[in-house]
Amino acid sequence: MKVIKIDKKEWTSGIEQVKNAYRVFGPIKEENKEFSAFKELGKGVTPDLSATDTRLSPKGIIFPQSEAMFEFTTDSTSDDCNLMNVPEKDYSPRAIVGIRPYDAAAFTLVKKNFDTPEYRDNYWVDAYDACTFIGLAVSSPSILDFSTSTKSGPFDETGLDVLLCDLDDHFLAKVISEKGETFLKAAGFTNIADEKDVQKIDILKKEAEDKIQSRVFFDKIQSYSILDIYEANFWEDISFACINCGTCTYVCPTCWCFDIQDEMQGKTGQRFKNWDSCMFPLFTLHTTGHNPRGTKLQRVRQRFMHKLKYFLDKYNDGIMCVGCGRCIRFCPVNIDIRRVCDTMNSFEPAK
Amino acid sequence: MTGYIAKIKKISKQILDEGTVDMVIGFRKGTLALMNEPCFAKTSKAVDDFVWDGNCGINLANYLTSRKEKIGIIAKGCDSRNIITHIIENKIDRDQLFIIGVPCKGMLDRHLLSAKFPDEILNVSESEDAVIIKGADYEETLPRKEVLQENCSVCIHRNPVIYDELAADLVEEQADLDRFEAVRKIEALNAEDKWQYFEDLLATCIRCYACRNACPLCYCPTCFVDESKPQWVGKGQDTTDIRTFHFLRAFHDAGRCTDCGACVRACPMGIDVRMFTKKLEKDCFESFGWEAGLSLDARPPLDTFNPDDPNDFIL
Repeated sequence: MKVIKIDKKEWTSGIEQVKNAYRVFGPIKEENKEFSAFKELGKGVTPDLSATDTRLSPKGIIFPQSEAMFEFTTDSTSDDCNLMNVPEKDYSPRAIVGIRPYDAAAFTLVKKNFDTPEYRDNYWVDAYDACTFIGLAVSSPSILDFSTSTKSGPFDETGLDVLLCDLDDHFLAKVISEKGETFLKAAGFTNIADEKDVQKIDILKKEAEDKIQSRVFFDKIQSYSILDIYEANFWEDISFACINCGTCTYVCPTCWCFDIQDEMQGKTGQRFKNWDSCMFPLFTLHTTGHNPRGTKLQRVRQRFMHKLKYFLDKYNDGIMCVGCGRCIRFCPVNIDIRRVCDTMNSFEPAK
Repeated sequence: MTGYIAKIKKISKQILDEGTVDMVIGFRKGTLALMNEPCFAKTSKAVDDFVWDGNCGINLANYLTSRKEKIGIIAKGCDSRNIITHIIENKIDRDQLFIIGVPCKGMLDRHLLSAKFPDEILNVSESEDAVIIKGADYEETLPRKEVLQENCSVCIHRNPVIYDELAADLVEEQADLDRFEAVRKIEALNAEDKWQYFEDLLATCIRCYACRNACPLCYCPTCFVDESKPQWVGKGQDTTDIRTFHFLRAFHDAGRCTDCGACVRACPMGIDVRMFTKKLEKDCFESFGWEAGLSLDARPPLDTFNPDDPNDFIL
């Protein structure tokens, strides 16, 4: 295992240098805004690594909220008439600097869906493959962070190429993959840390994990039959407050659902892939007018069953949640996935 | 106001036990500071979970739409005005409701407080005039009136307009307020600055529709942005589509909005969407002397024609 020591005095110039080889994305606080967001960093802009969490996860860097998949024309005089052409895409190397470990782990969950032996979502996978993930360890987890319950954690390396640990005047950068090593070289960060420094990472990791207060348990959910838990009597109570907005699904780093829309102006148009939400009635509306998930209860149940039951059953590899806590913080009516998970886990099927 | 809860519980239990209602809609304690969760109680035991404090800013009238049961509902001034609007618009029957009126002293502004205290707020306690904010290593006492939602600080209908029983004595209404100062500031901008103001306001909108869905007025079976046969509005992040949604929604609320502030409270990005509806509230007040939800007997101005209606807006 290789660890690089980065003096913070060299950080800004290193980030500037690496922009020659990568499009660099990172959290920044915009003027007049109270919160940070992941943006592509222009010349002279350094990621704000002191920022607490971003409201939206960085999933949009790989999976934009709205992305043109094809462009087309209906002009019969054009050779391309009625043909769907993929617009030019930029899959040159990009890097997300300052991504939180749970957000990087989230991409690996989403990958299970977008990159399978049968299907490959080229847009998502090409963007993902072009990306180097430079994580920032969470030294002070929020009270809503339950990432250690979900196989992630404040220093988790899943899906990361480098893990940065903040030590006041310097960073310790743990090199996790070749991609990560290449990035650090391109930034000119080559100063190998000594053994004493390396040991600090484990101490910090332990400290951060110990600070986490939120836990969820889902150990029993797999043992219940889908139909029993689907018909459980707690869904009315869980779903009552829900207003069926898309906040939880949009702030979630693992929610991957999208809608496809054609938009035309005159004779030319584009086919878009837009984030969608299982909270919206339109999500499942059939052309016949029938809606198999026509009620709020059905939609709320779907979201939690997908994350905490179907995914668990299908992949046998944990829940579809990394424990970032964003959906709890931003839900307008305080529906708390931890409470839902506990309710599901402690479910007692009727005999 | 935190002292109301004993009476709220007593009334709720009574109407459930006597069979006056099938359920009571209220709030239970949230899992994080400054948040409570709307909930229902169908038994007097479930009523024990009810809470009442300055974090009950979600408008409960939103939970009445087209319900068939007999319902007890806890209503602040604004909720009661939206209940009236719901009754007028045939979304619920007066006879179905037992309204537990709550004289309100304003709700706490969760966006303002979260921004003011970047280090996690762990606990918020309230007295008549003060709010005590506690974090892991800080504690600060603030005057209550300085941390109220903006709509609450300019509210002149704190007392419920309609109720079957009160949870406390009526409170003194605020007087001598300039309710539309913020709107006039925007009105005074030139066209270019005004456009910029709206662009900046909506720059972070993610179209989650929390504002619309938290609003008791937004009960259309299919909202115009969700129409798909034919589709009216693009569904991506095009700024024209985002603006179209907000502008049209606001117009649809003209003469109906009670300025309850649920939309702003709900917005995960902290957008002050009230600035649209507030302008229309001002126009309705100035043109028709109208304030929504004050009487079961008056039809809203955009519902009726009167030969004396002002015509000066016609160019």
